[in-house]
Amino acid sequence: MYNLIGAGLIVIGGGIGLGQIGGKAMEGIARQPEAAAKIQTAMIIIGALLEGLAFGALILGK
Amino acid sequence: MIAKRTFKYVLSFLMMFGALSIQAHEGDSTQVHEDHVAHSDESAHEGNLINSPEEIKAYIKHHLQDAHDFVFYTNGESGEHIGFSLPVILWDGGLQMFSSSKLDHGHAVAESNGNFYKLFHGKIYKTDAAGTITLDDHNHPTNVRPLDFSITKSVVGMLLTGLLMIFMFTRLAKSYKKGPIPTGFGRALEPLIIYVRDEIARPNIGETKYKKYMSFLLTVFFFIWICNLLGLTPLGFNVTGQIAVTACLALFTFLIVQFSGNKDYWGHIFWMPGVPVPMKIILAPIEVLGMFTKPFSLMIRLFANITAGHFVVMSLIALMITLKAMFGPVASTGVSVALTLFISVIEILVAFLQAFIFTMLSSLFIGMAVQEHEHH
Repeated sequence: MYNLIGAGLIVIGGGIGLGQIGGKAMEGIARQPEAAAKIQTAMIIIGALLEGLAFGALILGK
Repeated sequence: MIAKRTFKYVLSFLMMFGALSIQAHEGDSTQVHEDHVAHSDESAHEGNLINSPEEIKAYIKHHLQDAHDFVFYTNGESGEHIGFSLPVILWDGGLQMFSSSKLDHGHAVAESNGNFYKLFHGKIYKTDAAGTITLDDHNHPTNVRPLDFSITKSVVGMLLTGLLMIFMFTRLAKSYKKGPIPTGFGRALEPLIIYVRDEIARPNIGETKYKKYMSFLLTVFFFIWICNLLGLTPLGFNVTGQIAVTACLALFTFLIVQFSGNKDYWGHIFWMPGVPVPMKIILAPIEVLGMFTKPFSLMIRLFANITAGHFVVMSLIALMITLKAMFGPVASTGVSVALTLFISVIEILVAFLQAFIFTMLSSLFIGMAVQEHEHH
């Protein structure tokens, strides 16, 4: 049972992080549509880093 | 020009050989947690239809691991496996080579030149004629393990990827002799190569130094991408989901970064300029640790993403079995197919994204190592 609680916490943490990135990226693109491509690339990179963290925690905790 | 191409071939062969030779020691940590499903692993090979959650777990675990043969289809009633066996190559004081059909999925003892070998949980151990595996207190075998250089499923996957890459890119390179614009499939490859050069290598490594590292970045990018895509086919490959393969790729990044670091790079690690002396002393061990954790995170990120993806896809396919009792066969199959399709499309995106991220971070680390700093 504690496995599931741990997995839930990991998903909450990952969700909050990715949500923050997505939100700030949206704001940035809204402010400056010319920079949309750069902001999108940075967003994807940080998204992958965060996912790596979340998946790593999932695998380590099995 | 000849030297550059030779370097590329040597690098890709080294990668394959490196992953091959670590194969003998991979997967040790994942065995510790799975002992309670040990026995159902046998029943899944008895040829029964897979029905219970334990059998599903054993099936998924077996397909996430490497195997010494290809099994495309197992007949539920008769237990017959349709597929082919791969050669087993062992170094045990002498070279032993035999077909893995002698091992019979762990049920038989293979004999070769007077030595006896048996498969136990996917690894080959040296035993006596009766095939006894002595277990210690933690249910780990105490038998001797010979060095395993076998051609396993993942090795076949990597060789396939390597041959495909050699074929595609030598043809593209030759087509440039006829003119600046490639024809055929080269038209799809050229924008990708230019993307790696202009968006990944040049911004991170710098205009003057990026060319040296282009071959490594391109190889790693396409190798990871094609291996990830191979894992999505129904052939049962799981190349980048083996920790040995990702460890080798991360090791290459680590070695390239360390060997191309200039004086400024080492200076920043051991004696960070621009901070007071107590901070310098505190920062030094942290920076040295960071030197190792960066490639380590590269390894874990790729391994975990791909393994988790395969696990989810297989679990959703198995959903049609677990939901059959509650909703009936048609509804459960429909739900399972829809969800699996959705996840598979996401996995195609993940295949590209993980290759991109690995290449981007590798180029970032290389850029940090070769960067010239202005001295005040």
